[in-house]
Amino acid sequence: MKTTNIVIAGLGGQGVLTSSDILAEAAFITGLDVKKSELHGMSQRGASVSSDVRFGRRIFSPMVPQGQADFLMVLEATQVDINRPVLRKDGISITPEQIDKKVLLHHRSLNIALLGALSRHLPDIAEPAWLQAIRAHLPATIRDINIRIFLLARKSDA
Amino acid sequence: MTDARLFLSGNEAVACAAYDAGVMLGTGYPGTPSTEILEHFSALGGKAQWAPNEKVALETAIGAAFGGGRAIATMKHVGLNVAADPFFSVAYIDVTGALIVVSADDPGMSSSQNEQDNRHYAKAAGIPLLEPADSQEAYDFTAKAIAVSERWRIPVLLRLTTRVCHSKSIILRGSPPHPAAAPFFQRDIKGRVMIPANAGGGHRKLRAKLNAIAAWNENSGLNIRIPGDPSLGIVASGIAYMHAREAAPRAGFLKIGMAYPLPVETIRSFVNQAKRAVVIEEGDPWLVEAIRAAGISVEGKAEMYRFGELNVDRVRRILARDSSPEPVRPAGKPPQLCPGCPHRAVFETLRDLDCIVAGDIGCYTLGALPPFEALDSFVCMGASIGTGLGLRHVLPAEQAQRVVSVIGDSTFMHSGITGLVEMVYNPPASGHVVIILDNGTTAMTGLQEHPGTGRTLARKPTEKIIPEDLAKAIGIRRVHVTDPTADRGAFKKILSASLTGRELVLIVVRRPCVLSAKLIREQGGRPPASSASKKP
Repeated sequence: MKTTNIVIAGLGGQGVLTSSDILAEAAFITGLDVKKSELHGMSQRGASVSSDVRFGRRIFSPMVPQGQADFLMVLEATQVDINRPVLRKDGISITPEQIDKKVLLHHRSLNIALLGALSRHLPDIAEPAWLQAIRAHLPATIRDINIRIFLLARKSDA
Repeated sequence: MTDARLFLSGNEAVACAAYDAGVMLGTGYPGTPSTEILEHFSALGGKAQWAPNEKVALETAIGAAFGGGRAIATMKHVGLNVAADPFFSVAYIDVTGALIVVSADDPGMSSSQNEQDNRHYAKAAGIPLLEPADSQEAYDFTAKAIAVSERWRIPVLLRLTTRVCHSKSIILRGSPPHPAAAPFFQRDIKGRVMIPANAGGGHRKLRAKLNAIAAWNENSGLNIRIPGDPSLGIVASGIAYMHAREAAPRAGFLKIGMAYPLPVETIRSFVNQAKRAVVIEEGDPWLVEAIRAAGISVEGKAEMYRFGELNVDRVRRILARDSSPEPVRPAGKPPQLCPGCPHRAVFETLRDLDCIVAGDIGCYTLGALPPFEALDSFVCMGASIGTGLGLRHVLPAEQAQRVVSVIGDSTFMHSGITGLVEMVYNPPASGHVVIILDNGTTAMTGLQEHPGTGRTLARKPTEKIIPEDLAKAIGIRRVHVTDPTADRGAFKKILSASLTGRELVLIVVRRPCVLSAKLIREQGGRPPASSASKKP
């Protein structure tokens, strides 16, 4: 099995780290080897933030090498260009404008909607693993709405 | 819990191992990338404490180890500079319970002022050094460090780096090591009182321990040999090993887990069997120099790779002996003070009054960036007061009276208090002004508690140290408490008068961090009271 490399990027406070936690957890639940890397600290103050998730049979480095990301999921349009070098030539970008507005039932759930769109490209991770991972990382008060958003985005044709 | 499969960060894995090993005390000062170790240790149910600074943390851990308890002191790399005094001296002393010092280094400076390589400390102090490469090793090596510490009665340095601390990977939580003995005080004046008559023996004893550990390390199981193509043998440690395995999947590897004292004969035999032997390490050429000093010929990296983090791409370049300029990654958006941050009004005022600002470490260091550009220096924790005083002592009067020291509440508790004492003891002719930015939390590292918040690491109530009371008690007569966000005019008036007043002045600027109130509510505590009237 080939290693899957995913980079999630945005600005501090947008939910980049929560999304990468959910993605990595879903791969973990699936039983794959998985590593997730991120930088804390200054990134909390509205700065650019990105997180790498890699899964497959055996993963060594926790960081995605330049030009080797299969997917680049970006939460903020201004962050697409600075992260593009990490994406491989035929890699896929998942960006906010691909999300149907009707899917965004909650104003702070863009990250979950984008994960739903990303999930369509990741056949190794089955739906129950995604839902379990979302439940593990979101507080009870916003769990159900986010699961609805995730499933809508996962099934949407957009 | 035995053999449970978990997905943990390196920091969480260290905490988990410490908890499983029955560590009785975890203490440290928050600092990226080390902070989550004690937070997770506390969440698991361990006794974890924030100390005012790393020196006090290590001294407290030393006392616990003298009493026979297993103890762990955690800090970021620069924190070990603060704790260096006890670190060097405790090396001469037999510990009873395990004493583990965790240094979380930050190559590439994702959130630090320098990228010092703390492997140097192990050699300089004569303290064994373990370097995990992922979360599983962070778990296993913590347990191993405890075993080494108790077998040779020596402190052990567990050195992590940002990508080990903050990367998550899978661990199997193993069976805990043999249980700790119950704490009991055994008098040993000759062994623990480091007067010159005893310290000489202490140093000789330390070197004998290190010789024994070096011999043991040849077969310790901490250094792993992975067979591969004999044309390339790679010696690597820490996260650099992971990058190298990916960059050169067919090479043979010797992964060094205990880098001090080095398993010299193991390295010699590995290198002798490889046609080309390359050392891949992040940071300074520390391993390569130690190996060469043992008379073993190995290839290192070009000087350009001393700077910043390594990654798979950079390791490929090192192996290809490529020292051409590297592609420049596009710059991201820099951090900035939050909307509504109480520091904003302070730095706007300092800018408007054209102050010369000796700064310190915290979110407020961002006052150096546009739109403020009102912070003129920042060296290390607590340096604002000393550097401000030094400027006042030498500058011509017109400039001296514009000098202000600016320090946060947590940084003040860490190492600002002695600076204040210096100000009272050796006052500059022009007087001086110290501003404490009291937002009621250690904001930059993620809203940790400190001795001025009235809450412990576990957010339980405790005594609260009031900086203005402390200043009055040591003889500073001009002490003001104000909130510039609520009344900027009042602050500006106090500051203007203080600058030229030829007196020693402390201004406490008090308003809670906008991020902390919500967190404290969620934790069940009471948010810090603001002197300002609440706005809707």
